[in-house]
Amino acid sequence: MVSFLFVLKDLKIFNLPLKLAQSVVPAGYQITQQRVPIAVNGSLSYSLCIDNKMSQMVTKTVRIKQIQLEQDSGKSLHDDARSQTLVDLNRAGVGLMEVVMEPDMCCGEDAAAAVRELQLILQTLGSSQAIMAEGQLRVDANVSVHHPGEPYGVRTEVKNINSIRFLAKAVDYEIQRQIRELENGGTVLNETRAFDSKLGCTVPMRDKEGKQDYRFMPEPNLPPLILYDAKSLPANVNHQQVVNIDWIHERLPDLPSVKRAKLVELYGILPEHSFTLVNEDGLTDFFEDVVKQTQMKPKKVIGWILSDLLSHLKQHSLTAKESPISSFLLAGLLNLLEKGEISSSAAKQVFEELWKGEGKTPLEIVKEKQLELIQDQEELEQICQAVIDEREKEVMAIKEGNVKVINKLIGLVRRATRGRANPLLVKQILEKKLSE
Amino acid sequence: MLRASLRQISAALKEGQLTPTELCQRCLALIRSTRFLNAYITVAEETAFKQAEEAEKRYKRGQPLGELDGIPIAVKDNFNTAGIETTCASNMLKDLGVQMGFLDQSEIPGVIQDSTRRNVYQNLIQSLKTPTGALGSDTGGSTRNPAAHCGVVGLKPTYGLISRHGLIPLVNSMDVPGILTRCVDDAAVVLGITTMYIFVCSVFLFRRLSRSKLNSIYLTYIFLFFNVSCDVSGSLAGHDPKDSTTVQDIFQPFALPSLTDVSKLSIGIPKEYHVPGLSSEILAAWSKAADLFKNAGAKVIEVSLPHTRYSIVCYHVLCTAEVASNMARFDGLEYGHRSDMNESTESMYAATRREGFNDVVRGRILSGNYFLLKQNYEDYFVKAQKVRRLIANDFVKVFGSGIDVLLTPTTLSDATPYMEFIKEDNRTRSAQDDILTQAANMAGLPAVSVPTALSQRGLPIGLQFIGRSFQEKQLLTVAKWFEKQVKFPVIQLEEVKKCDSGVLQHQKSASFS
Repeated sequence: MVSFLFVLKDLKIFNLPLKLAQSVVPAGYQITQQRVPIAVNGSLSYSLCIDNKMSQMVTKTVRIKQIQLEQDSGKSLHDDARSQTLVDLNRAGVGLMEVVMEPDMCCGEDAAAAVRELQLILQTLGSSQAIMAEGQLRVDANVSVHHPGEPYGVRTEVKNINSIRFLAKAVDYEIQRQIRELENGGTVLNETRAFDSKLGCTVPMRDKEGKQDYRFMPEPNLPPLILYDAKSLPANVNHQQVVNIDWIHERLPDLPSVKRAKLVELYGILPEHSFTLVNEDGLTDFFEDVVKQTQMKPKKVIGWILSDLLSHLKQHSLTAKESPISSFLLAGLLNLLEKGEISSSAAKQVFEELWKGEGKTPLEIVKEKQLELIQDQEELEQICQAVIDEREKEVMAIKEGNVKVINKLIGLVRRATRGRANPLLVKQILEKKLSE
Repeated sequence: MLRASLRQISAALKEGQLTPTELCQRCLALIRSTRFLNAYITVAEETAFKQAEEAEKRYKRGQPLGELDGIPIAVKDNFNTAGIETTCASNMLKDLGVQMGFLDQSEIPGVIQDSTRRNVYQNLIQSLKTPTGALGSDTGGSTRNPAAHCGVVGLKPTYGLISRHGLIPLVNSMDVPGILTRCVDDAAVVLGITTMYIFVCSVFLFRRLSRSKLNSIYLTYIFLFFNVSCDVSGSLAGHDPKDSTTVQDIFQPFALPSLTDVSKLSIGIPKEYHVPGLSSEILAAWSKAADLFKNAGAKVIEVSLPHTRYSIVCYHVLCTAEVASNMARFDGLEYGHRSDMNESTESMYAATRREGFNDVVRGRILSGNYFLLKQNYEDYFVKAQKVRRLIANDFVKVFGSGIDVLLTPTTLSDATPYMEFIKEDNRTRSAQDDILTQAANMAGLPAVSVPTALSQRGLPIGLQFIGRSFQEKQLLTVAKWFEKQVKFPVIQLEEVKKCDSGVLQHQKSASFS
């Protein structure tokens, strides 16, 4: 019912043969691959959560119509009141890759997931840092709505979206706006719009004056870029002077999808966990470092990484590399837990202390706060006996068959030991004593 | 001394007959005494001298950087040289700071400045006082034409042999750095020198001459002194990562053999170069040259390049199209002239370009943009490109048939006196100037103009040799043999005579006064 195609930009390399007249570049012209794009008819696979549930992921594919290389331009900012124009040339002349996707996506989240995957691929390849806030990756989203079975509707283009979150919002807003417009008997105009992140809506952009004749001409300074593969590579050429795609292909690093599959296979974690690891900057490395330094099983480590570490990082807008808890410290903590020296609730307390980043080791914190489990069986038995003696009513209930009440007793023992009792052990002792 | 070849000067420096500072002083004195010619825009006098002193120390230690250490050369003012102002003899660039790393361009070498800035006769002689050698550029003939008129050797190398990095672009698909020297051997020597010092490394200070005196037609030189070394990172020729159109292969510097036997040579005489307007004197010199080869036993064959007659027209279409695009960078925003107009940025751009470009440049920009309009593109630009291919193929066929080198005139006549020169409008003039030279640019082939004789007026006449792609060695070897046969007289300015006392002055001189 809804479809759109969009365009996104950025890359380091470029080589292409057309000049077009343009005012906001130092050379006075921009170079673009207008006639022969470097690649056509591709596809991009990505995964998408249904209803925001990590456990319900579907894999989707969007067709890539073409990839073309060009130069980025400067940015002009108009001050109408003073009829002044400020020109920002920071990105002018930088190589840029335009990826044109077919209208295969159907909502904001869908688009966001596809762009995120593409961003990861570009970062993995080293093509671009693809930091959207810095303009290294920008999205122009073309949105149209139509009834099933009917041709695509008139599309609008939301230009220069500079964050993945805004992309999802802008697309969803635009879809709703167009539906509303049509349902009210109006029409959708073929226009360019901008996303206003403060108001959360799209607004029409000032139109460029008339149709431009760009006066394209071949760029003589850049000879044609010929891409060979092992089959088409001519004999007796100097290999350093030609581009051999097969050669490059063999040397590509693992792409995100391969990385995820390897994580699942190697550590036995769930596929959705591998997504989070790969999608969060530096989190895979952090996870693998912790796994190397601890006896705890990766399956258990992942829980700490995803629920405890990641939520803290997110709260403070940090990346894994900026974490105040190093992989070494976290591994130390998990080792204490794994060896049964502390309870998991104590471990959470230690984690909170570590997060403060005061330079203490997990063991020091455990000692200081007296969080180690009571290992002395006799001491535990005494405490349990004391609880049983105090709670005749509960003991009666249990003996009458209401077994669940034992949990209350366990809770009381833990309170008495301030969490330092191993709940399993306590349960065993209590059961033993009550059955006597 | 200042008449000697690079090799002779180099030998004199090595043997201590001459020191770099002496040489530098003489060159500077010569430039000063001929200042009325307005050949030089910028003379980097102080640094030139400082560099000379350093070179002198190296010679004293017996460790010169290379064959050309301590020898000054001139550079056309459309190269960006580190630390020296580049003006292109244009208003557009007059405020350009020396720190610019950008390529920039304006009144354009081939395009010629407005008429107040030019004096044909002065120009004619200007290259004579270029102390030893000069680096020019050649888009349609701007190295070979002045060389022919000034009685020096002008080499336009194969397109892609020498990096254009640092050369302000006029027509990217045809521009080549050109080499002007006193003799053919020197041209080969300059081909072999390193680019490093010219384009990138040296930091010069400079003193500017009064700009009101700018004038030359073809070449405006910066006089600078640079240390040349043959052992640093390759040569002037060869691949440069900063110019993707340069050849990938490594260039091997060469010295020219002295041919004794030319019987194995096939010299082609393309009949299309017999154009209307070719002066009888040039025609006579051309025939004489052909006979010279024939008599020495070479095969001299009339050949045909059928599409060459369309070349000049196509050249103008392609040239203006590229000029329109290359001139777009002069908007006054980052460097060069900027108008005071401040109503809006658009109006500032417009006023800057209106004020900065003269009629000739404006005319080229407008026609170039016209040819590139969507409705005209196929009819003009694409067609001109197709004809360009045919022109290049003509050369390929002729060379494929066994011809080694083509022999043609360089110019229609000897230099035109100033009063006649300014009668024609620029387009007509440049059509005449480049008619015999631009086909080599269209085809990217190496060509060299060799001084051949003096006209009845006593002005130099040059003939052009066009060679196979990247066969500079073969081309120059033939040119060297020819140069030896014709014994072109050394032309001496009175002013030069005064400066030029002493060593190595054994050649005969013809004089201007």
